[in-house]
Order: sequence, then C-alpha cells, then structure tokens
Amino acid sequence: MPIPSKDFVSLLQEVGFDFFTGVPDSTLGGIIATLIEQRAYVPAVREDEAVGMAAGAFMGGKVPAVLMQNSGLGTSLNALISLNLIYLQPCLLLISWRGHDGKDAPEHLVMGQVMTRMLDLVRIPHRTLGAESAREDIGWAAQVFMKQRIPVALLIKKGILS
Amino acid sequence: MRPEEGVLTSRGRAIGAVLALLTDELVVVCNGFPSREVYALRDRPENFYMIGSMGVAPAIGLGIALARPDRKVVVFDGDGNVLMGMGTLATVGALKPKNFLHIVFDNEVYGSTGNQPTISQSVRLEQAAKAAGYRNVERVRELDDLVHEAKTMLKQEGPSFLLVKVSEMADDVGRVGIEPAAMTDRFRQAALRGVPS
Repeated sequence: MPIPSKDFVSLLQEVGFDFFTGVPDSTLGGIIATLIEQRAYVPAVREDEAVGMAAGAFMGGKVPAVLMQNSGLGTSLNALISLNLIYLQPCLLLISWRGHDGKDAPEHLVMGQVMTRMLDLVRIPHRTLGAESAREDIGWAAQVFMKQRIPVALLIKKGILS
Repeated sequence: MRPEEGVLTSRGRAIGAVLALLTDELVVVCNGFPSREVYALRDRPENFYMIGSMGVAPAIGLGIALARPDRKVVVFDGDGNVLMGMGTLATVGALKPKNFLHIVFDNEVYGSTGNQPTISQSVRLEQAAKAAGYRNVERVRELDDLVHEAKTMLKQEGPSFLLVKVSEMADDVGRVGIEPAAMTDRFRQAALRGVPS
C-alpha cells in the first residue's frame, strides 16, 4: 500500500522538519502539492540553489529538507560536498529514484544505476523509503541529521507515495 | 589594464567602506578573495565565509533571510559567482525577501584563479537583477556613491542589488583562520541571538 503524500509530509513535520525547498519531480508531486497547500514550500530553480537555501535556513534555526529528482543530485553534488559536508550543515534529501531497475526514459538510466554508489562514494548516508517502514526511515534520517550534521538521503521509488 | 582601471577603487577599499556601515546584519561572503578580505578587514560572528560551492552565496543568504525575516541579510558576491548562479537572481526576485541586500563587487575577472576574464564587462548584471524583480537596483563606481547607496539600501525594504565596479587588485591577505564547522556554529549562534530555544 502506498503512503498518502499528506501522511508522509505529516511524518516529516512530526520529527521537526519545517523548511522545504527543491525542484520538482513527478514522483514527488504529491509532497510538493501538500506543501504548497500549506504555504510551506520554497521553490528553487536548481538543486544546488535549493541545497544552499537549506544550509542558510539551517543556520537561521530551521530543520530543512530538499526535494529533487536524482538528476539533480548531479547538479547539487559540489554544494553537498564543498558546503554541507565541510561546514557540517545537515539537510534531509528527498530524492526520487528515476531509472530504478533500468525502467525509465533513457536520460534517467545511468543515474538510476549509479546513484547509491555515488552517495556512498561521497559519504552521504541513504536509505530507500519503504511504504511500510516510512516512520522508521524518517526517524533514522532525523537521527543522522541531528547527530552527524550532514546531508542524509531518503530515496523514493515510483509507487511508494500516492 | 582597462581604460577605466586607473580610477577604479580596489575591492578591499570598497568592502572596507561597506563593512564600516554594518551593525548587526548577517553577512554571507562568497568564496575566493572576498572572504579573505572581509576576514582580514573586519571579522565578526555575523560573518559567514565561504570556501567552496561557488555561485551559491545568495542562495545561502536567501535561506537565512527566509528563516530570520527579522534580521537584515547582506550577501557579498562577485561577478564570476553571480554568473555561475544566475538563476538565484530569479528566485530572489520572485520571493522578494524584504531583508535581503545583494552587493556584487565586480572586477570582471576570476581573481582567485589568475584573473581570467569573466563576461561581466558585456553583461549588465544589475539589469539582470532588475529584470528578475529586485526592488532596488544600483550600479556604482565611486567610493562616495557606494557609501551613499549602501547606507540607503541597508535601510530600504529589499530585495536590493548593488553592483560595485572595482579594480582587479586583490589585497595581500591570508586564508580565513576559522575551521568551516566552527564557523557554522559561530554564525548560527549569531543568527539565532534573541530567539528562545
């Protein structure tokens, strides 16, 4: 059973996430619609900009989350490694896993295949969001965020959220 | 040397003139020489110095401005930086944070890597900011004008954009002597002063 996006947003807010920015993906559409309805979404034009805004928001006392398609992981990689990982500025990355299992448009296939290894390589902890384990997955991400003060990623496959 | 070079002020002098006007504003300084110069001229807990992530300074400033609407945020930026993260002009222009002041010290070169030319000699960055929706936009060359405009913009409702033409000269300054993680803590404390925890 997929998790309703509204419930997923509530779970994030329950553990304290209160600043949401990013660049859309179809997989994340329900989350963004919910946040826009709450006037709680700050739209960015590029993923590295979103990561920068999240860092600023963190220093301003917020608990930030950044939404992006995994293509945006490539765009934001330099900010993640030369800002967040160096300055110890945490953020939750909600990354849609396009190209999972090689079933997607051609532009998504390489990133879909290498994404988890890329995250391992730059030492960003990640988990794949489970429909049954969402509360636990978010709790884990929040723990990494608070204790290690680095970016932490939840990977969201198509069909997990409704 | 460009024809106008002789009369242009150095970035160090321009930065010094703006720093002298500041009280409790939160300042984000882009990577490269600007961070080193600000650190050498007037280090303060309200300054955040970048070392990497070129182009992202205004995005960081925007995040702070949105999180702390009660505090004025000033971004010290460069022409190469603005050109790299030009989309953020649009984001600022669309969101229109009133407490956001973007000051760009434009020397028309990538100073940290050996003064290779940027394209800001032919691209009017302040007009891009105006088109993007910044409320107040000015371009200055003289130190007196800089002080006048900076004073005004520090009081005005933003977002404001001040382009300062400066020479290629970089001050002879060392690296920033604060570890990045320690700087995050110091700046965060300064940003959260007065907020009940």
